[in-house]
Amino acid sequence: MEPSVVQNKKEEIKNVFLESGLEVKPLYTFTDEYKKNPDFKEELPGQYPFTRGIHPMMYRKRPFTIRQYAGFASPEETNERFNFLIKNGQTGLNVAFDLSTQCGLDSDDPRALGEVGRVGMAIDTLEDFEIAFNGIDLDKITVSLTVNGSAIVLIAMYFALAEKRGYDLKNLRGTAQNDILKEFIGRGTWIFPVDKSVKLVVDTIEYCAQHVPKYSPVSVCGYHIRESGANPVQEMAYAFCIAKAYSDETMKRGIDIDEFASRLSFNFDIYGNLFEQIAKFRAGRRLWAKIMREEYQTKKEESCWMRMIAGGGGAGLTKEQPENNIVRTAYYALVSALSGTQTMALCTYDEAFTIPTEKSAEIALRTMQIMIKEMGICDTVDPLGGSYYVETLTNQMEAAIKKEMTKVDEQGGIIKGVATGKIQEAVSHQAYQREKAIQDGVILKVGVNCFKKEEAKRAIEFHPYNIEAAKRQVEKLKRKRAERNNEKVKLLLNVVRDDAIKNVNLMPSVISAVKEYATVGEIIGALKEVYGEYDEPIFF
Amino acid sequence: MKVLLAKPGLDGHDVGVKVLAHALKAAGHQVVYTGLRKSIEEIVQKAKTENPDVIGLSILSGTHQILCEKMNAEMKNNKVNIPWIVGGNIPAEDVNALRKTGAIEAFPTGTQIETVVNYISNFKK
Repeated sequence: MEPSVVQNKKEEIKNVFLESGLEVKPLYTFTDEYKKNPDFKEELPGQYPFTRGIHPMMYRKRPFTIRQYAGFASPEETNERFNFLIKNGQTGLNVAFDLSTQCGLDSDDPRALGEVGRVGMAIDTLEDFEIAFNGIDLDKITVSLTVNGSAIVLIAMYFALAEKRGYDLKNLRGTAQNDILKEFIGRGTWIFPVDKSVKLVVDTIEYCAQHVPKYSPVSVCGYHIRESGANPVQEMAYAFCIAKAYSDETMKRGIDIDEFASRLSFNFDIYGNLFEQIAKFRAGRRLWAKIMREEYQTKKEESCWMRMIAGGGGAGLTKEQPENNIVRTAYYALVSALSGTQTMALCTYDEAFTIPTEKSAEIALRTMQIMIKEMGICDTVDPLGGSYYVETLTNQMEAAIKKEMTKVDEQGGIIKGVATGKIQEAVSHQAYQREKAIQDGVILKVGVNCFKKEEAKRAIEFHPYNIEAAKRQVEKLKRKRAERNNEKVKLLLNVVRDDAIKNVNLMPSVISAVKEYATVGEIIGALKEVYGEYDEPIFF
Repeated sequence: MKVLLAKPGLDGHDVGVKVLAHALKAAGHQVVYTGLRKSIEEIVQKAKTENPDVIGLSILSGTHQILCEKMNAEMKNNKVNIPWIVGGNIPAEDVNALRKTGAIEAFPTGTQIETVVNYISNFKK
């Protein structure tokens, strides 16, 4: 007999809707939606469709990688922070670059004024990479490069560095964010027109499939799309559409899906309703596996894995009562672990104001370590599996994400949607609706529209901008330009330009150029001559 | 009121400026937005052709002081006399220094959208 719920008609309850639009019932039982997925009883982690996790033993075998985002000033200062984090138990690096590097400009470019080493570390030549990763074993610590518009150059530098230090590229691991399509939707470090930008991403995927097979050349980011105003369903749907677009373009070059699909990874956002996020990830894993197997006919199990980094949720943090963000990020960490993430990175509590201080970076690190060591989070795989609510929501989220993807396809696909600015327009409209909802008290934020408090003027310590480091960076760049073999550099930049005109894979020529210490700005500049720059459609 | 919203420098965070654009439109103002990564020179030229009642700069990367000083110089060099404001990721203690650069108002981190909209709506031409 199925259990029944006794309704108390006198007790008035409010209707609850998730951000994705799904209605939440006050109680879930062994009924309805829960049974809609006929396979749920048999679903196991490590088995298709991987709803419960991509590995059979998950954290029991090895906890998620801790990969805090770090980087500031020059490579010298950043190397110190890297070593501090590793010494304190961090197991991977997540590298932040300054905006000049991300936009493909050298540190002495007039447009880089005030930006050198400000929001991340400045990189001009391979020498800077040699300094930044000095003393770090690239076999033991995997490195994630958070760069998009100029990613091809930074990836080339990483491979050149690894080769120089004697690592075998066949075994080199690591990740680049390198998801340019989401940069057009949010974050904004695009450089080239949309089609040329996608071409560069595909160049890196193709090159890695052939020469660096364990490297993840792309981390598709729902994260920044959600940060820009998308709801959790759109976050997943747009990310999957983007991942499919890169896959389609790669396959057009005659590369088999199984040669690269397992190296695609994802980066997702956490803030918002706890259960909605967990269901989003479980549903996402199931749906991505189905897409890869049913639509793309992948043969390899790993090609169906939705591997992810999750833990951050900048838009959920508040400037008001910033210490509350420590609590919020701890919840985000819990959500991420309950969702079966591969890698975790938390925002620091002061990130709404400034880049993390050593203290705030340490608190974030300890937050994850406390969860691993004290809370038993690693003992059992997918501990929420089988929950009436979570399983029901997982089924509903899967259907909703699928529907949203169909909508994008019907409108001509994600590349077109981004190029015309239609996706950006929809996302920005939602950001406004969300802001209004917070202003009107429909969405509640503690310290912002409830439990407000007069605050002391300076609640947090600011990480100071290191202007001296910026000056040293410019001097170093000038010295390097003077001492390198400039004739050779000129020749190799011409090869990059020619290869761009010939429309062949640019990785080999870019790697050759960085090895001779061609700068980020010179290589991107050469490509701009051929490709031109993106003309942003103005939508809001 | 005609408002020119601009993103100077390399910062690509445009959620805030777009939300403000929506809110200003909803309050009945006319909004022109430059798009991302414009130089101060480009913004001043845009101001000359658009002739807005007020210009708003949105800066979130921390370069507000340098960019506002440049804005002031460029406006003077071009003899453009349009009031301008700045907002974004700005520590409250930087507000006075920004006012000294020539910004008629600076809106620090945590400012409600409504506050900026009200400021512009009550602005005397």
